[in-house]
Amino acid sequence: MSEAIPAAAIVDPAELGDKPVRAREVWRSLTRDPAALISIIVLVLLALIALAAPLLSPHDPLQTFPDQGLGPQGQPLPPGTPGFLLGTDALGRDLLSRLIYGAQVSLIIGIVANGLATAFGVLVGVVAGYFGGVVEAVLMRITDVVISFPILLLCTALIAVTTRSTFNVIIVIALIYWTTLARIIRGMVVSLKEREFVVASRTLGLSHRAIMWRHILPHLVPAIIVYTTLGVASSILIESALSFLGIGVPIPQASWGQMISDGSTYFQIAPWMLFIPGICLIVTVMAFNLVGDWLSDMLNSSTPTAR
Amino acid sequence: MTALLEVSDLVVDFPTSSDGVFHAVDRVSFTVSAGERVGIVGESGSGKSLTSQALMRLVPSPGTVSQGTVLFEGEDVMSFSPKKLQTWRGSQTAMVFQDPMSSLNPLMRIGRQITESLQVHLGLSKAESRTRAIELLQKVGIPDAESRLSDFPGAFSGGMRQRVCIAIATACSPKLLIADEPTTALDVTVQAQVLDLLDNMASELNTGVILISHDLGVISSFCDRILVMYAGRIVEQGTAEQIVGDPQHPYTKALLASILKLGEPIPRRLRSISGAPPTAGHRPAGCSFAARCASVIDTCLTIDPALVPAENTRSTNTTAMSATTTFAGTPEQLVACGVAAPAAFAISEGATAA
Repeated sequence: MSEAIPAAAIVDPAELGDKPVRAREVWRSLTRDPAALISIIVLVLLALIALAAPLLSPHDPLQTFPDQGLGPQGQPLPPGTPGFLLGTDALGRDLLSRLIYGAQVSLIIGIVANGLATAFGVLVGVVAGYFGGVVEAVLMRITDVVISFPILLLCTALIAVTTRSTFNVIIVIALIYWTTLARIIRGMVVSLKEREFVVASRTLGLSHRAIMWRHILPHLVPAIIVYTTLGVASSILIESALSFLGIGVPIPQASWGQMISDGSTYFQIAPWMLFIPGICLIVTVMAFNLVGDWLSDMLNSSTPTAR
Repeated sequence: MTALLEVSDLVVDFPTSSDGVFHAVDRVSFTVSAGERVGIVGESGSGKSLTSQALMRLVPSPGTVSQGTVLFEGEDVMSFSPKKLQTWRGSQTAMVFQDPMSSLNPLMRIGRQITESLQVHLGLSKAESRTRAIELLQKVGIPDAESRLSDFPGAFSGGMRQRVCIAIATACSPKLLIADEPTTALDVTVQAQVLDLLDNMASELNTGVILISHDLGVISSFCDRILVMYAGRIVEQGTAEQIVGDPQHPYTKALLASILKLGEPIPRRLRSISGAPPTAGHRPAGCSFAARCASVIDTCLTIDPALVPAENTRSTNTTAMSATTTFAGTPEQLVACGVAAPAAFAISEGATAA
């Protein structure tokens, strides 16, 4: 190849995606980052567990065991009790089963809510950045307004006016999380649309939609992947926070935030009720963050990977 | 015969910070006939690229075309609807850009980049457009065309990429091709090949070409007619022979004089034009070149010969054979500029050329 690659070039974010990514390079970069590799394994396992929840969980997560599930004074059973691997909660429900179903809730909310937020954020960002002018001004001011609210406060307010359901939690999280991505994407598109190949595609008489879809969007994919991965972690956290506050996933249903909230009440007599879902939450969020960091490192790297 | 492209009095304005407007392109008029190669030459910032962008209605914001008409086969381009504009671009006109490294989408296989406009404009199917893309790549001299269709632009060298760009631009057999410094980013050896290719493609399709360059050498070898632009205005236009062999405007003369000639001893200091073109928004009242011109007279400070109406246009050719160079100006200026009675024209020696 004839082109010289400037050493330690500062990469324009819009040039981020200029290099087609190949599977082999992905694997190479993964072997250099064991934390990311472990995180991916953790997340894959978590996804499998969530998918196979009905097969894996020893009990119905909602079923209470007033007799076998509670101690002589009606206290929750500690982990290791025969029949209840991770113990039980204050109502005598199996903690392991609730944890497994909780993973389902967390992942569904994290992925669906964040998927919606991403789709909407990218749409707003691309349209605002590409068309500019009044369209951009209106869209970005709306974004600013949404961003200016404290997230938890806005969630609380929105949930207060709707009924408490998993669906509503997803919608509320999506309604709030699109803003950051919209801003980032808009910035990238503003810079991308000045690139010569976009101007060139306009001289070829392509429609705006074709240009946005085929010439601009592919360049945004790395950024979208990175921010979405990181966003899943925040969405899971927000869901937990909402459930902890008692306005998340409706009550008998298991969710990690819900379990942490319950556990905090019995912290002194049954600390496992708090710690077990807490550790799960930390591990999951950390795994998503580590994968996000790795993706951003890999896709950002300005130096070409050695062949 | 009506011209393919008729540009008259084109003005492109940019707002300045002090509420004013700056005419980055000022009352530019020229025509291009089918199959004709017109060169626009001028230094950086003279408005040559902007002129071509204005023709395509692609003036970058906040610039606007505030005046003038662009007639393409008699139709007013400036009044095209967005839909019409889209079909017109790509099928009737096309552009080749300066830097083939950046004018191809790095994430799209080149086959797709070629077939894209074929499918949009000619309504070809996937298979048909693929066959046509292979033909095009072969025509522009890319070996092994079929297998290279699935390569990304990164797998091509600069010269090859510019060939691909030419293939894309000529895919729908446009009637007008605008090449904006197509060889500036290339090696000198590759330059000649790319120009040859442009030449062949244009001859084959009888395409009118506007070649923009700051390189008089490139322009004069390629073009039938040359427009010399300075500070947003066309200061002189004529056939390639006239401009190179018998330049009239002091600016053209100065440009030509700064070219080193084979066979002449190399001077210790290279000739250059002293001073700099007027900066945006600070155009003098008269001739824009007056401040740098060695043969400036008082009239030059009030009247710009580039803008004197066509009635005053003088035929300046001395040989009866060639067509007229349009160099306008008041009689005194014609004398001063060396048109009517050749006067000594000295080029001030400035900084050594880089």
